[in-house]
Amino acid sequence: MRGKLISTIAVAFWLGLVAPRDATAQAVPARNTCVSCHTEAGDELAVPVKMMADDIHARRGLSCANCHGGDPNDDDVDRSMDPRKGFVGKPGSKQVSSFCGKCHSNPITMKRFNPGLRVDQEAEFATSIHGKRVASGDTKAATCISCHSAHGVRAVKDPNAPVYPTRVADTCARCHSNSDTMKAYGIPADQVQKYQNSIHAETLLKKNDLSAPTCNDCHGNHGAAPPSTTSVANICGTCHIRQAELFSKSTHKSTFEAMSLSDCVVCHGNHEIKRPTDEMVGTGSQAVCLTCHSPGETGFQAAEAMHQGLTALNARIAEADEVLGRAAHAGMEVSKARFELQDARDSLVNARVVVHSFAPGEVEKAVSPGMEVSDKAYQAGLNALDELLFRRKGLAVSLVVIALAAFSIYLKIRQIERGT
Amino acid sequence: MPDASRRSFIDYFLGTTLGATVVSIVYPIIEFLIPPALSEAPQNSVTAATAAELQPNKAKIFKFGTRPGILIRTKDGEWRAFSAVCTHLNCTVQYREDQEHIWCACHAGHFDLNGINVAGPPPRPLEQYAVNLSGDDVVVSKR
Amino acid sequence: MSLSQNGDAMSTRRSTVATWLDERCGLEAVREFAARKTVPVHRHTIWYYFGGMALFLFTIQVVTGILLLLYYRPSAESAFESVQFIMTEVRFGWLIRSLHSWSANVLIAALFVHMFSVFFLRAYKARRELTWTSGVFLFFLSLAFGFSGYLLPWNTLAFFATKVGTEVAGVVPIVGSFLVRFLRGGEEVTGATLTRFYGFHVAILPALTTALLLIHLLLVQRHGMHIPDSVKPPVKTMKFFPNFMLRDAIGWLVALGALAALAALFPWELGEKADPFMPAPEGIRPEWFFMFMFETLKILPAKIGPFDGEVLGILGFGIGGLLLLLVPFIGTNGSRTTALVFKAAGIIAILYIVIFTVAGYVK
Repeated sequence: MRGKLISTIAVAFWLGLVAPRDATAQAVPARNTCVSCHTEAGDELAVPVKMMADDIHARRGLSCANCHGGDPNDDDVDRSMDPRKGFVGKPGSKQVSSFCGKCHSNPITMKRFNPGLRVDQEAEFATSIHGKRVASGDTKAATCISCHSAHGVRAVKDPNAPVYPTRVADTCARCHSNSDTMKAYGIPADQVQKYQNSIHAETLLKKNDLSAPTCNDCHGNHGAAPPSTTSVANICGTCHIRQAELFSKSTHKSTFEAMSLSDCVVCHGNHEIKRPTDEMVGTGSQAVCLTCHSPGETGFQAAEAMHQGLTALNARIAEADEVLGRAAHAGMEVSKARFELQDARDSLVNARVVVHSFAPGEVEKAVSPGMEVSDKAYQAGLNALDELLFRRKGLAVSLVVIALAAFSIYLKIRQIERGT
Repeated sequence: MPDASRRSFIDYFLGTTLGATVVSIVYPIIEFLIPPALSEAPQNSVTAATAAELQPNKAKIFKFGTRPGILIRTKDGEWRAFSAVCTHLNCTVQYREDQEHIWCACHAGHFDLNGINVAGPPPRPLEQYAVNLSGDDVVVSKR
Repeated sequence: MSLSQNGDAMSTRRSTVATWLDERCGLEAVREFAARKTVPVHRHTIWYYFGGMALFLFTIQVVTGILLLLYYRPSAESAFESVQFIMTEVRFGWLIRSLHSWSANVLIAALFVHMFSVFFLRAYKARRELTWTSGVFLFFLSLAFGFSGYLLPWNTLAFFATKVGTEVAGVVPIVGSFLVRFLRGGEEVTGATLTRFYGFHVAILPALTTALLLIHLLLVQRHGMHIPDSVKPPVKTMKFFPNFMLRDAIGWLVALGALAALAALFPWELGEKADPFMPAPEGIRPEWFFMFMFETLKILPAKIGPFDGEVLGILGFGIGGLLLLLVPFIGTNGSRTTALVFKAAGIIAILYIVIFTVAGYVK
């Protein structure tokens, strides 16, 4: 009797030791029957094993049982995948969030692996559109594994991760560019397409500037939801601080609020944000000001004045550049003047930002230092061309002198040799 | 018998033209030897300000060679100087007295008082210059 | 006549000065020599002018070089800026600098012509061997002048061309790595290289050149101008002073005019300041007078038998240079076959140089 009691306790104790309660890291057991059986089974069942080769969890010593439960030491399929041993199998879409959250929402667990990682993704997800839809039973809405994948999870800073900044848009596009899928929700399916045409995409993907925004920078990643009309400007303003500040002090702020218009989006768009041009300001065919302002209004005149300021400076810089280019092409040394012209270009960039104050006086103030610099550079170019002319004239004179001297020597030679 | 006047004409012609050639060679040389108004190209060191010009926690943009530089007098009175060209997209940075460090208006990049990029898009620190006080002048030079 | 009276007065004054100098310096001997010196006149006389042309161009280099070093600064931090300063701020700085650069190239071209004309006219034979040898050394010195001067503006093209050029020196067996360190003033091309090249360019090379040039010119005076075998006596002559000299002067004036035009119409470019940390840009090439060697090295395969292609190439050039020096000492047995072989070798050499130089630019 006593022997049986002891052995039962021992077995229970042993079981208790072995059965994973939470996915604390155990040394990967020398025998992992999950891996060996699934590999042997081949086809679909072997896919997760293959994908784990690249998985960051596997690299940290975690394995199948750490997430799915069960007994990785048992060869028998039923005993290994026994719910009494903690086996939970493949989580349904409603369970995925808490499945991952078992560890990722636990600060104590995460501190053992990566103390810097946030632990609120599950909570954020619950607030997101995706999370709410999943909670209401929608199996098509995105869960953790839709973006991070289930078995080949890579760190965000791994360039091959689907959530690496340059690949985020493509990952979102998997669902959001599918018009059939999106029709069911009444959302357009062209956002990613539009984003690809934007200056942000160009900066991120072509110039490899990882600070440029992609979907998650504006929409949030785990708490993904379209920003409300009033908050878009705050989001744009995290990087475009000056424009946001100027705008919020301008006349447009209160008007837009009153009309429930979204600040930046009205003129610049949200997904297809193109590189702004000077033609967007003013009263020309491509001007956004015309959306609200008509001829005769103060707004119309202000738009025109600002446009003129920008185009005047742009033109002046181009003129100076042209003259300096001509001088340089003819061999004159004008690199200093060309560098100094860069200050005028800086003024132009500044003036274009100041446009967001919608005060022509301010734009004029920003434009004038640029005009001064351009004028100086233009003058330097003219001086260089004058100097060029001087040199050519000097050359002509000296060549004439040399020719005459050579000719006179020739005459002298003839004279000497005729005389002999 | 050689024609005396013809002889002297050719000699005269020869002398004049050779003389003119010599002048056209010597004139540029003499002009070259006279030092120009700007006696040397101020490339590697520049007097950015006078010591009294900047109060603590103030800064000034100055011209260094062909690019702008920023001279900062920190709250503790120390002098720092950096290239004012932002390492993100080349805008000119400025000093934020409220934040007591360097900031770029274009996309909100932040640099600390060692020039290190601490926040925002800039990928690299600002190039730092050496600052020396020479009497009343604050002289900035490349390290 | 008053003119002749004055003329007599002038000549009397002149002879007093001359006598005074002669008593102190022995100038009378020089004057007599100069008055006696003649130059043979025949269909090949035109080649006699190229030595003097080279001397004239060298003088231009010395004068413009001295002027430049009044403003140039031989350190990595300020070299480029000082050249920019000369080009933009100094009055006629652009002229002096462009003259210096263009004249360097014209000088080396003139030296090629001078050397090949002497070769084909076989003016190096009996008694004139040392004139030839000193001349070949002068030629090597000019190439060294060209190579060291090229780096001085410290622009990107020059920096990388120097890097590649000094790298090649490392291929020489045994002394290669020492040579590279000696040339570069260190392991890499740095400001130390610049200062060292400056020292070569304005002090060491001029000193060596002056010495050799004196020897070369004295030897030429001693032996007079060689008359080619194909010219049969009797040979007309003309006096050196003033007849040949005046003709020389016309050539020099034409050269001066051409250089002035080149300097004004095609100013030598400044380029961009060298940045040792940037990767080598496309299209690095040496100056044109090294191009044929550069192209040859590029064409040689990496391995020829058990040897490195590059090493064989360098040794080849070394042997070529040695042969060039020894020209007067080999094949002077007077047989027609030897003469023909030499002529053929000369023509092949010219063709090789021209083709490979052009190839370097066409690519």
